[in-house]
Amino acid sequence: MSDEGGPGTITVASRLSGYLRGGGVLIPLITAFIAFLIGGLVVAAAGANPIDTYRAIFEGSGLNWLFPWVSGDDRTLAALNLQQTLILTTPLILTGLAVAFAFRAGLFNIGGQGQYLVGTFAAVYIGSSLDGTPALLHVVLAMVAGCVAGGLWAGIAGLLKATAGVNEVISTIMLNWTAVFLGSYLFTLGGPLHSDDPAAQSIPVSNDVLESARLPVFWGDPELQGLHIGIFIALAVTALFWVLLNRSVTGYEVRAVGFNPDAAEYAGISAGRNYVKVMAICGVLAGLAGALDVLGWQFRIATNDIAVSQVGYYGIAVALLGRNTAFGTVAAAVLFGALLNGTSVRNLDPTIFEPQLASNLTFIIQGLIVLFVSAPVLVTMLTRGRLLRRRRPTPKPEVRTGAGA
Amino acid sequence: MHALLGENGAGKSTLMNVLYGLLQPDEGEIVLRGEPVRIGSPREAIGMRIGMVHQHFMLIPVMTVAENVVLASEPRKGALMDRDAAERRVRELSERFGLVVDPRAHVEDIGVGQQQRVEILRVLHRGADVLILDEPTAVLTAQETAELFKVLRALTAEGVSVIFISHKLREVLDIADRVTVLRRGVKVGTVDTSDATEASLAKLMVGRDVLFRVEKEAAAAGEALLEVEDLDVEDDRGLLAVRGLSLRVRGGEIVGVAGVDGNGQSELVEAITGLRVPRAGHIRVAGREIGGAGVRGALAAGIGHIAEDRHRRGLVLDFSLAENLALREYRRPPIRRFGLLSPKRMEQQARPLLEQYDVRGGQPQTTAGSLSGGNQQKVVIARELAEEPKVTIAAQPTRGLDVGAIEFVHSQLLEQRDAGRGVLLVSLELEEIRSLSDRVLVIYEGRIVAEFAPDVSDEELGVAMLGGKTAA
Repeated sequence: MSDEGGPGTITVASRLSGYLRGGGVLIPLITAFIAFLIGGLVVAAAGANPIDTYRAIFEGSGLNWLFPWVSGDDRTLAALNLQQTLILTTPLILTGLAVAFAFRAGLFNIGGQGQYLVGTFAAVYIGSSLDGTPALLHVVLAMVAGCVAGGLWAGIAGLLKATAGVNEVISTIMLNWTAVFLGSYLFTLGGPLHSDDPAAQSIPVSNDVLESARLPVFWGDPELQGLHIGIFIALAVTALFWVLLNRSVTGYEVRAVGFNPDAAEYAGISAGRNYVKVMAICGVLAGLAGALDVLGWQFRIATNDIAVSQVGYYGIAVALLGRNTAFGTVAAAVLFGALLNGTSVRNLDPTIFEPQLASNLTFIIQGLIVLFVSAPVLVTMLTRGRLLRRRRPTPKPEVRTGAGA
Repeated sequence: MHALLGENGAGKSTLMNVLYGLLQPDEGEIVLRGEPVRIGSPREAIGMRIGMVHQHFMLIPVMTVAENVVLASEPRKGALMDRDAAERRVRELSERFGLVVDPRAHVEDIGVGQQQRVEILRVLHRGADVLILDEPTAVLTAQETAELFKVLRALTAEGVSVIFISHKLREVLDIADRVTVLRRGVKVGTVDTSDATEASLAKLMVGRDVLFRVEKEAAAAGEALLEVEDLDVEDDRGLLAVRGLSLRVRGGEIVGVAGVDGNGQSELVEAITGLRVPRAGHIRVAGREIGGAGVRGALAAGIGHIAEDRHRRGLVLDFSLAENLALREYRRPPIRRFGLLSPKRMEQQARPLLEQYDVRGGQPQTTAGSLSGGNQQKVVIARELAEEPKVTIAAQPTRGLDVGAIEFVHSQLLEQRDAGRGVLLVSLELEEIRSLSDRVLVIYEGRIVAEFAPDVSDEELGVAMLGGKTAA
């Protein structure tokens, strides 16, 4: 215990990330439970029955499809609902991973929303042009376009941090707004990418994605917005994420920089180069989320929707609740996908709880989760780490020989 | 005043945390003022007039000294804190115990020594008459330490009991009345300091005689392995910190670089190890130029680097020991295969190293941060020396370590030398430089200003370190 000084350059993001993983799965479970409990109080305060409301939300999410005893019409309805839930889950997995990967490298990526948006722009552009391209090639090209756009967009923030020391929180938030306004410009009436369709000349939308660039629907009716194969792409990327982070040279370097940039430098790992690389990878993930949404079920971009979209921001809550791990992020994305779908106007019985209020319930629960999960670290930040450092027990080798950490 | 002495990880801090109610004893009892007590929490400890000053201060930087001192027991005026009363209270305590601090200064603006005084004031404000200090001198300069000791003497004169935790023998002999020595969690003896010497305490601590003077054979220096020529290096502000420095380390010798802190030592070490690009000059390892080749170029040429600050540079504390040991070679087989890293092979490589370098309490999966300082340094040394570097750059390799660990580090460096490899030792500890080095160089304002044999007198060395002219 004679070690003077402390690790000086460890970022708050890195500390938060370490704290989350150190706490085990119990913390996110308790966090979610308390958030739902308080959400229930809000429901009760609004004059509705919380238990009935949560049951309605659960059924609205279609998760009751998993129960074998649900049958007949209920089962058909549940299947439709579950398809919608998983459609919403797909981009949340990816924007969640985009935030989680940055966390593991000691960075806050608040820019998931902007990276997601430029991903949708690029995917809709490629998907609606290149007529005559073979279907498989076209859809792959459109997805790659989304990834590249997201990667470049986030790479700007990484480059600014590496070269000029610009805080990535600031730059990614600014890039979010830049992306929103870029989209408004591109697709507005008379904008460079505004629809060529004569019927749409008074509506600010993009061209429709061509059939050849649409992701195939594998569950449900394509006409009724069935579930596209994007969910499998997202899951495959999650597996790739795990390998990249835990088994690759890049992952080792990213984690080393995240935990201690000075020690990484001492081993010959350039922190600056890693910041660019990490942000670009995050951007690719969020950009892919945008591409899957556009190519899977939205098929066009309307400027009205751009500023309303929250997918990238939900990614932050998803990553925090998922402890920045691959599996946790998927689980948290399913939870948020279910909440979003279960509280939507279409799915919630208005006699049980006003859907307009219910969608705010989702915001409340999301906000509470972010607050609970980050609060200890914010406190730490305010006191420059002195509180947490003491609370963390320092096992003495003599006492606990071989205690695995 | 009672001192508690023991090696890193001997259980000193654990024992004190029990006294302060942070940990609960599994067995045994605590007797306070003749009564057996149970201390369930720090709050209860404070109630029993026990106060503790931790190694890492627990102050709120943006608040003033007075606000920090009265925190959680503020004098009130209505619903508000009575700022004047708080400041008065701090002044009163300051005067009584000779702890001079400005109650209105913000904690973030005052030095470490002053912050420590604030901690002590806070404890006294709560009425403590048993004061526990955990390694209070670890963060202090020699000057600040002397002032702290003055304060502690004043406190004991006022009837406060002080428990002083340390692993520094000289300090303990200096300040304490009695010393209890712990070794691996067991009390091995309590002695009066008047009957003790450094040697006798060290023997109690480590369990055997400790060689304060390193025994070594005469050097059998061979070819030049590290040559530095006319090196110019800038510091972080862009000013020249190393100016036209030249030195040479041959195989089979330890070259010590002595100097007052801040005379270009850090920049020199960073340039040689590739962390800093030199502005001009040459660095050659066994004839191969590495100036500007970066960290990987230096590693590849055969530089080993025991970094000055093992927390900041030497280790990734949140990584496992296996991952830390792989920090130099993770991109090569056998750890890397087909572009992927194998945690299993990392562990296989780590296990024999941990054994060979006697890292206690660590499995390959243990996080580095949970080891004691001495064992952390052993991990750094294991990684840097395992590949038998041609030249080892050791910067302050024993800072903050206890005598047992220091001895281990020294013997490892000597082993490098005896195997015909070169060692450049940069240290602020003159005793260390003299006992290990075969040649002693003195650095002053970025230049080597003198070279001595290791048996040089303190006076001669001191004069050269301060830039005095000698026959160099």
